[in-house]
Amino acid sequence: MTISLEHYLAVSATLFCLGLLGVLVRRNLLIIYMGLELMLNAANLALVAFSRFNNSPDGQIFVFFIITVAAAEVAVGLALIVALYRKRQTTHVEDLTSMKL
Amino acid sequence: MIALLWIILFLPLLVAGLITLVTRRDRNLSAGLSIAAVVVGFILSAIFVHFNGWENSGESSATWLAIGSFQVDFGLRFDPLSMAMMLVVTGVASLIHIYSWNYMLEDPGFSRYFACLSLFTFSMLGIVLAGNFIQLFIFWELVGVSSYLLIGFWFERPAAADAGKKAFLTNRLGDFGFLLGILTVWATLGSLNFSALQNAISSNPAAFGGTATLAGLLIFCGAMGKSAQFPLHVWLPDAMEGPTPVSALIHAATMVAAGVYMLCRVMFLLDVPGSQALEVIAWIGGFTALLSAVIAVQQDDIKRILAYSTLSQLGYMVMGVGLHGPAQSMFHLTTHAFFKALLFLGAGSVILALHHEQNIWKMGGLARRMRVTTWTFLAGTLALSGVWPLSGFYSKDSILALAMDRQNLALLGLGLFVAVLTTFYMFRLVFVVFFGADKSETAGHAHESPQGILWPLRILAALSIVGGVIGIEGLYEAQFGNGHVVAALTWERIWQQLWLPFQLAPVPAFCGLGAVLAGFVAAWSLYGNAASDPLPAKLGVVSTWMRNRFYFDELYEATVIRLHDFLAAVAGWIDRWIIGGAVMVTHGATELTGRALRLVQNGNLQTYAFLFALGVAVVLFLALK
Repeated sequence: MTISLEHYLAVSATLFCLGLLGVLVRRNLLIIYMGLELMLNAANLALVAFSRFNNSPDGQIFVFFIITVAAAEVAVGLALIVALYRKRQTTHVEDLTSMKL
Repeated sequence: MIALLWIILFLPLLVAGLITLVTRRDRNLSAGLSIAAVVVGFILSAIFVHFNGWENSGESSATWLAIGSFQVDFGLRFDPLSMAMMLVVTGVASLIHIYSWNYMLEDPGFSRYFACLSLFTFSMLGIVLAGNFIQLFIFWELVGVSSYLLIGFWFERPAAADAGKKAFLTNRLGDFGFLLGILTVWATLGSLNFSALQNAISSNPAAFGGTATLAGLLIFCGAMGKSAQFPLHVWLPDAMEGPTPVSALIHAATMVAAGVYMLCRVMFLLDVPGSQALEVIAWIGGFTALLSAVIAVQQDDIKRILAYSTLSQLGYMVMGVGLHGPAQSMFHLTTHAFFKALLFLGAGSVILALHHEQNIWKMGGLARRMRVTTWTFLAGTLALSGVWPLSGFYSKDSILALAMDRQNLALLGLGLFVAVLTTFYMFRLVFVVFFGADKSETAGHAHESPQGILWPLRILAALSIVGGVIGIEGLYEAQFGNGHVVAALTWERIWQQLWLPFQLAPVPAFCGLGAVLAGFVAAWSLYGNAASDPLPAKLGVVSTWMRNRFYFDELYEATVIRLHDFLAAVAGWIDRWIIGGAVMVTHGATELTGRALRLVQNGNLQTYAFLFALGVAVVLFLALK
C-alpha cells in the first residue's frame, strides 16, 4: 500500500481535532497551550504534505517560517502564563473570567 | 447716498448686539448707545431725504440667496412712502427712546429694555425699507419677536408673560394667512419683488383670474394680525402690560401701523379688477373702528382706553385702504403716530406721577399739578378727536371724504358715529383724570415729571398740532398716483391747506366737526364733574358687555382654544400610543435580543473558543458544500 496525500491529510485532521478538543475541554492553561501547538503542527503537516505531493517547495518554506515564529510565540505565551500565575496563583481557565462584562 | 440707508437700517441691530454682549452691565452706556443709534438714524434719514429728494425712488439690493433659477434679494427700497415712514419711525422712536431713559430709570432691566427697543427699531425699519415680500415677512416676524420681548418685559408678572404669549400667537395666526398669500402671489406672478410685481400686474391686470379676492384677503390676514383688526383684535389691549413707552412706540405709533403700511405697499395687488378683497377690508376696518370705540367708552384703565382708541383708529386706516385710499390711510397713520404716541407718553407721565396707578377713577385734578402733561395731553386729545385745525381733523376728514367720494354712505355714517364716540371717550378720560376733585390720596400728591419726559411730550404735541397742514399727505399722493410733492412749504400754502377740507368736501368736514361737538357735549354733561361713572346705571347690561369687551376673550376661550385643546389632546394621543407605540415595539425587540445575546458572553475563554470553532465549521460547511 502506498501512502497517498489523503493519509497525510487524515493524520493532520486528526491531530487538529485532538488539539482543538484539548483547547475546548481541558481546564489547565498549559495543557490548552499544548493543544494549540498541536493544532499548529497539524497545519504544518498538511502544508508539508501538499508541498511534497505537488512538487512545490513553497509549503516547506512556509513551514520553516511557521516553526520559527511558533518558537517565538511559545516563548511569549509561556512567559504570559508564568506572569499570570504569579499574579493570580492559578492557571485554571474557569477562574479567569475577567473578560466578562 | 444709498450706503446711508444700509447704515440707518443696521445701526440699531449693531447696538442691540453690542448692548446684549458687551455693555449690559453699564446702564448709562447701554441706554446712551441705543438712543444715539436711533437719533443718528433719524438725522441720517433726514440727510438722505434732503439729498435724494422726495420724487427720486429706487432700490438698492444684493443677492441674498439663489436656489436654481429662484433668487431672493435683500433690497432696500426708497420711494416717498418708505422715506416718509422711515422719518416717522426714526423720529417718533427717537423721542420715545429719550423719554424711556427717565421712565425706566429705576428698573433693574434697564439695559435689556434698550437692547430690545433697538432690536425693534431695526426690525421696523426693515419692514419699511423692504424691497420684496420675503424680506418683508422676515422683518415682519422680527417685529413680532421684539414686540413679544417688550410686552413680556416684566416677565415675572404672569399677566405680562401671558399677554406677550397671546400677542405672539395671535400674530402668528394672521401671519399664517399672510404666508399663504405671499405664496399665492409667487405662484401666480412668479416674483416677490415689489417693483417686478407692480410691472407684472400693470402689464396683465387679470393675472390673478379667479384667485384675486382670495390672494388679497390672505395678504390682508397679515395686516389683520399685526394691525389687530377684528377678529384678531384681542391681543392689543392685553399688550398694555408692557412698559408705557413700549405701548407708545410699538402698540400705537409704529408696529401696529405696519399692517396698514404693508397694505399700502402692495395696494396694486389688492386693487385689481375682479377682486372683492378691498370691500371686505373696508368693512372689517369699519367694524373694528366701531367695536373698539364702543368698548373704549367703558374702560377704566387709562392705557386700555388708549389701546382701544388705537384699535379704533387703525380701523379707520384699514377702512381707508379698503376705500381705495392708501394715501389717506398713510396720512392718518402718520398723524396718528404723532398724537397717539403723545397720548401714551402723557399717560406714562401720569402713571409715573401716581406710582403706577392706572385706574382713571383714582386720579382726578391733575391739571393743577401737572401743567405740561395736561396741556400736551389735551393737544393730543383734540388732535385725536379731530378738532380743526389740529392734525387729526385733516387726516380723519380725508378718510371720511373718501367714503363720501366712493358713495359709501354706510361707512361714512359709521365713521362719523365712531368720531362721536372717540371724542366722548377721550374727553371722559380727560375730565376724569385731569379735572374735578382728587379721587385718591396719591393723586393729591402727584408731581410734574422731569424735563426728560416733558420735552418729548412738547415736541410730539407740536407735531400733533401742525401735522395736518405741513404737506404730509402730498408725499403719499405722490406715491399713489397723481399728486406731486410740494417741496417748498410757504405760509401761503399752509394757509390754503388750513381751509382746504371745507372747500373740497364740505359735508364730511362739517359733519366731522359736528360729531366732535356732539361727543364733547355728551362727555361734558356726563363726566364734567363726576366722582364715579354714571353710565353703568344708565345703560345697565349694555355697559357690562362693554366693560367686559363683549366677551370676545371668553368666546375665543370657549371655542377656538377649546377646539385647539381638543385637537392637541387627539394629536397627543396619536403621538403617545400610535407613533410612540411603534417606537416602543422597536425598542422592546432590540432590548430583548440584546438580553438574549448577553447570555453568550459569560467570560469563559473556552466557550468563546468553542463558538469560534463552531463558526468556522459552519462557514466551511457552507463554503465547501
